[in-house]
Amino acid sequence: MQQFFEALMTGLAVGAIYAPLALALVLIYKATEVINFAQGEMAMFTTYIAYALLTHPHFGHTFSYWPAFFATLVIAFVFGVGLQRVVIRPLERASVLTVVMATIALLVILNGLAAWIWSPELKFFPSPFPTSSWVVDGVRISKQDTGTFGVTIACVVVLWLFFRFTKLGLAMRAGAVNPDAARLLGVRTSWLLALGWGFAAMLGAVSGMMTAPTNLLSPSMMQAVLIFAFAGAILGGLESPVGAVAGGLGLGVLLSMLGTYVHPVTTELQLPVALAILLIVLLVRPAGVFGRAVVRRV
Amino acid sequence: MKPRLGYLGFALLVVAVVVAPSISSHYRTFQLAFVGIYLIALIGLNILTGLTGQISLGHGAFMGVGAYTTTILVVDHGWRDLWTLPVAGLVAGLAGLAFGVPATRFAGPYLALATFAIPLSFIGLLKRFPHFTGGTGGRQLPSLHSQFGIKANSSVWIYWVSWLVALAMLLVAYALVRGRFGRALRSVRDSEIAATANGISTAGIKAIAFGISAFYCGLAGGLFAMAVTFVNPDTFPIDLSILLLVGVVLGGAGSLGGMLFGALFVEFIRITWGPALLDVFSRIHHVDARAAGSSLVVYGVVLLLVLYAAPAGAAGLVRRIVAAASSFKPKRRSAPTVDQT
Repeated sequence: MQQFFEALMTGLAVGAIYAPLALALVLIYKATEVINFAQGEMAMFTTYIAYALLTHPHFGHTFSYWPAFFATLVIAFVFGVGLQRVVIRPLERASVLTVVMATIALLVILNGLAAWIWSPELKFFPSPFPTSSWVVDGVRISKQDTGTFGVTIACVVVLWLFFRFTKLGLAMRAGAVNPDAARLLGVRTSWLLALGWGFAAMLGAVSGMMTAPTNLLSPSMMQAVLIFAFAGAILGGLESPVGAVAGGLGLGVLLSMLGTYVHPVTTELQLPVALAILLIVLLVRPAGVFGRAVVRRV
Repeated sequence: MKPRLGYLGFALLVVAVVVAPSISSHYRTFQLAFVGIYLIALIGLNILTGLTGQISLGHGAFMGVGAYTTTILVVDHGWRDLWTLPVAGLVAGLAGLAFGVPATRFAGPYLALATFAIPLSFIGLLKRFPHFTGGTGGRQLPSLHSQFGIKANSSVWIYWVSWLVALAMLLVAYALVRGRFGRALRSVRDSEIAATANGISTAGIKAIAFGISAFYCGLAGGLFAMAVTFVNPDTFPIDLSILLLVGVVLGGAGSLGGMLFGALFVEFIRITWGPALLDVFSRIHHVDARAAGSSLVVYGVVLLLVLYAAPAGAAGLVRRIVAAASSFKPKRRSAPTVDQT
């Protein structure tokens, strides 16, 4: 039982890294039907920016962790909006294939740029949480895992509040559901897409900064995380933000449980297992656990 | 493109392939052998991406499947290297089909991200079963020797083998896509709803296209393993899969001839063209043209520019030039023709 709870905790913490990235994928997918392949690399790149803020002196002093964290979120937002305006917007009328290719180009550019600026070597990235753990009834609860989980959930809740209770959030939801009608009602849908990219970049930055302390910072750090996030998003249903978060957390727990109880599943097999889960979900329940089947009319 | 122009292009290509080794150094010939190998992979990926409209970011891994098949058959089972090639293609093709059957049930961009998981999963699998694949250390192949009584340098030999296979597979691809099957592929790309209404099983067509493209990549992978005589998990990174897709788009998705340009790009961008481009820039502003990641930035930017300026790739540019040139000739107005491609 003790082993079970520890696997559950680890799984939730790992899932908490996947969940924001899964949510970011769903945000952009819901608005434009485009899957942003650069999502992982954007997260990686903004994590490098946080790294730069933390290690290099700016205006005479380096940032401490939390100011750097929030500064990175702001930078990530501007970065996301900027990328949408400069790179994606000119392709507004192009086919989905072209837009997806553009996000792949972004993936390649950001990956190369990070290696170019900061060298491809692994870098240590600090965690704001202590490495010690609490012991409750013989179950060890890592403070770092708890902190990661808390940060992610806080971000998701803030974002949910924004979409649920602000006028801008309502406009963004309207723009995603029916862009034409929203435009007729005076909503500037094109700018809302840019906002969506901004929020997605922020979520990615959270995921990146939570990944880096355990996985070490490197240009390819987020590639596997992006796959896990996508598998999580598919599991929950690509149409459903709640599903994305639940799917990300669920996938983390599932992989952790498999690693603990099924011995042939070592860390090398985590990705193949995630891929298998993804394919099985697509076969059995294509809309995901939380999604609704899409009916297309001709 | 008009078929007659296509035949002319093919004849020119054959002449170029025959002449090239006698005017190139062994090293350059070896590089050109890789152009042939990438051409095979790109022709395959083009059937999936260019004609059927499905993006794959995983076909480098199918090259890997082919390469490991060849290696294992040669080293563990004592096969002669050339006879492993069809098996390499078949194994990769079956792997592609096995992936494609569930994955292609879905429309739109779902497939693309699922394929992104293939290269990463493939590397994980290679490391998980080291007694079979050699794990992280990889496996060594015996060095290449010319066969059938032909005496040739190993670089020249692999050149001939690669290009013979490449030209043959180019013809096979042409035969495949020009008829009914090719029309079915294109209809899935252009409108899945219309394709379904015409009795085409879109999922089935996509899965078959996936299998065929994986077969081509497996074949290319087998040749790749023979050429480099060494395979390990890092030989087939996700970068290779992305580069293959970029090659298809730059060459001109949907055009067979364009793949030749794509293959040249894939072989030369990382080691020759990218640094050369950066050298030009470094005259204006100092950049380190050989730094890690710099070539990635270059080909990413090139890809973006192509998407903006010439979405049909090199083949599209050629088509435009040919159209512009031929529109000067006739003085009388002829009936408007519809471009079929």
